[in-house]
This record gives sequence, C-alpha cells and structure tokens, in this order.
Amino acid sequence: MDFSGEQIERYSRQIILKEVGGEGQKKLLDSKVLVVGAGGLGSPVLLYLAAAGVGRLGVVDGDKVDLTNLQRQVIHFTGDVDKPKTDSAKEKLIQLNPDVRIDTYDFRLTSENIREIVRKYDFVIDGTDNFPAKYLINDACYFEGKPFSHAGVLRFDGQTITVLPGESACYRCVFPTPPPRGVVPTCSQAGILGVVAGVIGLVQATEAIKYLLGIGDLLTDTLLTYNALTMTFRRVSVRKNEDCPICGRKPEITELKDQELPLCDLE
Amino acid sequence: MKIDVNGKSVDLEKQFTISELLKKMEVKMPDMVSVELNGKIIRKDQYDEMVVKDGDKVEFLYFMGGGNGFFRRTD
Repeated sequence: MDFSGEQIERYSRQIILKEVGGEGQKKLLDSKVLVVGAGGLGSPVLLYLAAAGVGRLGVVDGDKVDLTNLQRQVIHFTGDVDKPKTDSAKEKLIQLNPDVRIDTYDFRLTSENIREIVRKYDFVIDGTDNFPAKYLINDACYFEGKPFSHAGVLRFDGQTITVLPGESACYRCVFPTPPPRGVVPTCSQAGILGVVAGVIGLVQATEAIKYLLGIGDLLTDTLLTYNALTMTFRRVSVRKNEDCPICGRKPEITELKDQELPLCDLE
Repeated sequence: MKIDVNGKSVDLEKQFTISELLKKMEVKMPDMVSVELNGKIIRKDQYDEMVVKDGDKVEFLYFMGGGNGFFRRTD
C-alpha cells in the first residue's frame, strides 16, 4: 500500500483498528460519497468523512450561509454568512484534510440532474431539509441502485435509516407518499436543537464508513429514532413493503418526478 | 387488553381500529404519521377496518424533514 508517511501518521488511530487496517484505509481513500445538503446533518457528515480520509466528497447545496444556520451547521463560521454553502464547506474540508477531493454542486437537485450526479458516487447521504428532496433522493438512488442514508430531524427528535435499494426497505416503504400540502404547518412553528442534527448526522457518517469498509451491521430494515430529552434511541424494525410505490410488487413510480414543495413562510 | 405503542405498553378497554387508536392516542396530525402494525406498514385506506388486537405492536412513525422543518411534532 502506497501511503505517505504523513498519511500513515494522520490515519494511525484508525489504521490500528483491525477492522480498518491499511486495507480499509485504502478503501476509504478510494471511496466517493455524495452529501446532499451542507446543513445541520451534512456538516458533521462532511467533517468526519473528510477527517477519516474518504477520498472524494460531493457537496450539494444551492443555498447561502445564513446567520440562523450557525447554531447547528458547524462547518460554516460567522465570517461565511452570505457565502455559498458549497464554497464555505469546501474551504474547511480542504484545510482539514488535503487528501480529500471535493466536488461542489451549488444548485438544487432536480429530477433532471440528480441521476447523473448520484451515479458518480459509492454512497449517498440525505442531509436535506425538505420532503420533496427526500423523495427525490430515495427514488434516484433506487433507480441508480445506490445505497444511501436517509435522516430527518425536528425539535428534539431525529430518525435515520440506511437503504440498500432493492434489498432493504426504502423510505417509501415506510412513508409511501409525502404528507399532503394542507396539513404541513409553517416553518416558523418548527425548530431544532443543533446537537440533535449532530447526533443523527454522525450516525449517517458512521453508516457510510461501515458500508465503505464492509464492516458491522448496517441500519437496514431498521429505523433508528432518537429523542434528546429522554436520551432514548429506539430501533424500529421495518420491512420491504409489498405496496411500496417504487420497490413494491406493482410499482407506480417508473420514472423520476419532482414533488411539489410544501408551502412554507420561511425561506 | 394490552398493546404496545412505540415501545410502551398501553391498556385498552376494547379492540380499536387504527383510526380509533389514532384518536385515542391523541395523534393530532395523523397525516404526518405512518402506522406500522406488527412490522407491516398499514395503508391509509385500511385504517377504518384494520383492528388492533391484544398483544399487537403498533408504531406511529413520524414524518421528519430537516433542520428547517416543515411541521411540528405534536405528541
């Protein structure tokens, strides 16, 4: 294995783990992960995957850094306000680990562009903040056969599941269709404790690393739910749903479509 | 009879349909919930007929967006 002296030193604490070793470190350096959303979930995912030496990271985000983001989106600093999130993230990641190549996509994913981007990576992290994006990622990963980690966070709660398309339950197996527009209250009512996104984001990063190394048991067919107030993690077993509109027996979804974004009074 | 709802034991005086159980458990926004009965996600058009029996395990799984959030969990 052709590591530099600096690489051997940098990764020594994980190379020493027998489940990782030099071979595993080589695998990580040769791996490509797409992180959709450089926000509350994406920040810890990106920082830890870069630190671990995942060789190529794709960062997708069409937004600029806002002061209200900094309470949880720890990859962005005060001086980054108004900068594109992709630029802000890339700057930090390069400083953290120059071994890592960063691809930036400073736009929103749509049914038109998502498949060609997802195709380039080995694993996808859904760190998005809205339902249309979550369904789009699920469906694109299904059609491309890409494993991915889904997560959602709200207030003091979070949940995450790992999906191996076709093999394990997908997001639509559990939540077949997005919530109807009328019942979705406005954003101003919601909120999120920053650390909750951190905890769940790091579970997603852990799943990505395990998948890339081929070690441990993934959170497949298992929705992990977390409540910060009671500090409770629960593993809820789910299974492939024969009525699933995309991976069920009679799929209704045979091509990608954009879902309409629910109305929301806060951007 | 006793059932399990999200891992907690709940005593019920009679058998409930999923629709009735959602009301009984005061789930304020049932549209924001997927219901799993004994490991199987139940179609919404079955809520009125599907009956929960003694010993059943029910999970109310909440839609969760991201940090900006699009709804408020109300349970």
